[in-house]
Amino acid sequence: MYELIAGTLASYLLGDSVTQFSTIIGAYLSAMGIGSWLSRYVKRNLVGVFVQVEILVGILGGASAALLFLVFEQVTSFRVILYADVLAVGILVGIEIPLLLRILKDRFEFSDLVSRVFTFDYAGALFASLLFPLLLVPHLGLIQTGFLFGMLNVLVAIWLLFSVPDVIPGAHWQRGMALAALLGLLAGFIHAEDITGTAEAATYPGKVIHAQSTPYQRIVLTRAGADLRLYLNGNLQFSSLDEYRYHEALVHPALASLAQPRRVLIIGGGDGLALREIWKYPSVDQVVLVDLDPVMTRLFSSNNLLTQLNGNALRSPRLSVVNQDAFAWVRQAAGRLAPFDAIVIDLPDPSNYSIGKLYSLSFYKALGGLTHADTRIVVQSTSPLVARKSYWCVHDTLAAAGFQVTPYHAYVPAFGEWGYLLAGQKPWTPPARYPEGLRYVSVAETPRMLHFPADMDYVAAGVQRLDNQLLVRYFDEEWGAYAAAW
Amino acid sequence: MLVIGGGVSGLAAGLRLHDAGRDFLLAEMEDQVGGHSRSGTNAITAFPWGAHYVPLPSEESTEVRRLFERLGIITGYEKGLPIYDDYALCADPDERLLMYGQWQEGLLPKLGVSKAEQAEHQRFFAQMETFRNLRGQDGRRAFCIPIDASSADPALRALDRISFAAWLEDQDYGGEHLLWLLDYSCRDDYGAGLAQVSAWAGIHYFAARNGRAANTDRETVLTWPQGNGWLVERLAAPFAGQIRTRALAVGVQDGPRPLTNLYLPEEDTVLLVESRAVILAVPRFVAARIVHSPAARPDAGDFHYSPWLVANISLDRLPAGPGAELAWDNVAYGQSMLGYVVATHQHLAMNPRQTVITAYWPLDHLPPAAARAEALARNGETWKTLIAQEILRMHPELAGAIRRIDLRLWGHAMVRPVPGFIWGKARQQALQDHPPLFFAHSDMAGISIFEEAYTYGIRAADAAIRHGPHPT
Repeated sequence: MYELIAGTLASYLLGDSVTQFSTIIGAYLSAMGIGSWLSRYVKRNLVGVFVQVEILVGILGGASAALLFLVFEQVTSFRVILYADVLAVGILVGIEIPLLLRILKDRFEFSDLVSRVFTFDYAGALFASLLFPLLLVPHLGLIQTGFLFGMLNVLVAIWLLFSVPDVIPGAHWQRGMALAALLGLLAGFIHAEDITGTAEAATYPGKVIHAQSTPYQRIVLTRAGADLRLYLNGNLQFSSLDEYRYHEALVHPALASLAQPRRVLIIGGGDGLALREIWKYPSVDQVVLVDLDPVMTRLFSSNNLLTQLNGNALRSPRLSVVNQDAFAWVRQAAGRLAPFDAIVIDLPDPSNYSIGKLYSLSFYKALGGLTHADTRIVVQSTSPLVARKSYWCVHDTLAAAGFQVTPYHAYVPAFGEWGYLLAGQKPWTPPARYPEGLRYVSVAETPRMLHFPADMDYVAAGVQRLDNQLLVRYFDEEWGAYAAAW
Repeated sequence: MLVIGGGVSGLAAGLRLHDAGRDFLLAEMEDQVGGHSRSGTNAITAFPWGAHYVPLPSEESTEVRRLFERLGIITGYEKGLPIYDDYALCADPDERLLMYGQWQEGLLPKLGVSKAEQAEHQRFFAQMETFRNLRGQDGRRAFCIPIDASSADPALRALDRISFAAWLEDQDYGGEHLLWLLDYSCRDDYGAGLAQVSAWAGIHYFAARNGRAANTDRETVLTWPQGNGWLVERLAAPFAGQIRTRALAVGVQDGPRPLTNLYLPEEDTVLLVESRAVILAVPRFVAARIVHSPAARPDAGDFHYSPWLVANISLDRLPAGPGAELAWDNVAYGQSMLGYVVATHQHLAMNPRQTVITAYWPLDHLPPAAARAEALARNGETWKTLIAQEILRMHPELAGAIRRIDLRLWGHAMVRPVPGFIWGKARQQALQDHPPLFFAHSDMAGISIFEEAYTYGIRAADAAIRHGPHPT
């Protein structure tokens, strides 16, 4: 059972289930071999050692799923811990069967004994391998399954400690230890959901490989094959398969239109993906990234999978990360900091009143204090197809703040048709060239991005103000209708 | 000159004297100015202790508009309409109502309200709109802020002699939900329900406010995390050096140069202040006790005041609830406590983790004197338990999230516009100045609002300045 748990977990977290399962099961079996070999060194007190092994297997095996989930984000070399855990459990389990044979050897005929022990072992393996995918994982999840089997191991030890205490030296204190282990595992079983939020796993396509609640949001990372996805409060932020389309479209029309962009401000974008695109401009020597949530920027600058995706963009000496509220920061910084050449606003969609403030006329006016005559601002602004009024409301709000606004859009399969708005004190002129190596944005593609077919063309939508939150109401209405239709 | 009282009217008078370059002292008995607009602050946020918003100033509120221009609340004009500072306008959503276990946007009940009742609501608000534009025979608007600018048309003033409840009955308004809303509104602004206040006052609440803006709707109000404490800080700032707190005026002897006894508790002494004029920016019932004059005998016998309890509740998480999202003002249908405002609502930060909510409770279930006696007889712990119960009735999910409750009992929070008061003799007498004694307080209007307090303060200071020659 424990090798099934470890194999599944490794597939969830690291992907590539064939490799994960074969290496985990291989490691587990060879560890069992080591355990069997080590069992020869047990000369006396066979029952006592068996009991202790059971307790240890219970603790280590039972808690391993929870432990691996928890350490996944904290360490850089997750595989070392994974295989160490698999080896330790394998060795302990490997000791079990030879010990059991030796304990029982005086009670049964040898052939009968071997036959019985292995029959039960293999029948048990079949039972477990059916139980695991059909019942345990769907209903309990990996973590609770782990704790459940850990408790079974400890219960075997407890049963022995109470039924044959005479043959176990120190049975008394070992009972205490076993009961403590049982309680610990039970507590883990009960609080399993708190550990990973496995309950939410069902609501996401793909496997949840990281889930964390911060004071500001719920961060969930999922993986399905090569597709890594980030969800904030249940809303998809990117899919690793096509995020390049979204981020190239977000950054390059603005940046490439500038002769020598030097200072760039990113608001939101703690995933470092917009930043990855910005580093494609060698003239950029200073980027300030303002993202409220330190957990986001930390996660995306430390986790292997994520730093691979953003090319370690967050680990640059030219970057200063400010984990502050964007509105307060902008109001403080306006007039005190030198203006930026480009401002990239990559905030979550305006799905609540709190975030709606960062799409308001007041915010854009305050942002004006960080611009000069040639500053180019770009705002990600939801789907002009699904949420047409919302999109044009952001447009009208930027225009009301005194900016010249250019709308454009891009097709991002994970999101659908997506909208952006360029803003500045002067009108925007399409770039004559883009950086090398882009996969989506190009000089040829730009006119298509600028063209709005009739079904998402301009509608007068009004201005998002702090005291009317018009945009949040549109957004709720339009995406609500969309969700209901699907 | 001496200004007694550092509430809004006293501060207005002080600011006007300061602008005129007069030598004056403002004596405030508490350790902080602001009166009923005072505010507090803790590690989470600033919060109000009393008055917490000002509606958009009406056409007639010229002094208040001038002040708002000065403080940058009005940033300019567009097509003749004031442009208000976006950050001072109450952020959306502004109000929500808890009814049948569900929060709905706005305070006008909608859930489970019959078609007939909805028609009645429309009729009422249409009638109020008519009153808003109505002018008396003298050409003045029927209902104004400041109240003294209202028409003197006897037909309109007759509305002051009956109760709002009687007028509503006469006009055939009887729907439960409308009556609740109107009762709530009267309790909110006057600390007394629709049976206690005059019809003129009740209609005034809906018909007087005609202020418009270039950049927001007419219903939007101006507010700050610390409520009107924000205004108090800015009113007092220019002449902070002339304010003496913890100075209690215990007696004012009328005369060509009036003599005032100021008790200073720190030194346990009485300071005798001689001045050219005294502006008594105190409620009428206080003026009645401290003024000693054969000519000016302030009589407070016909002034009735509503007692209130205000509680500031620090929470470890934001209130939630089913239905409409948390608003600035949150009210439960049919509850004795009026509800609460959220101090962090005007904060720009995302998702504050903690907040302070200010709960308002007019104690109008008994006549004022009896309600005061009952309130004083309860100790702080009893009050806190009551407040916590009321909050948890609205928000069972806040169990365990109440970090602390701070209380303030206002024995005389608001003057009560009982039938006959606003256009009666007692108020007319109170409006008389007795140079060199001048009076300024919102209770002279018969309603307790910032605009009245401020305007009377300015008026008294202007009269005092006219009275005496500029000292050289």
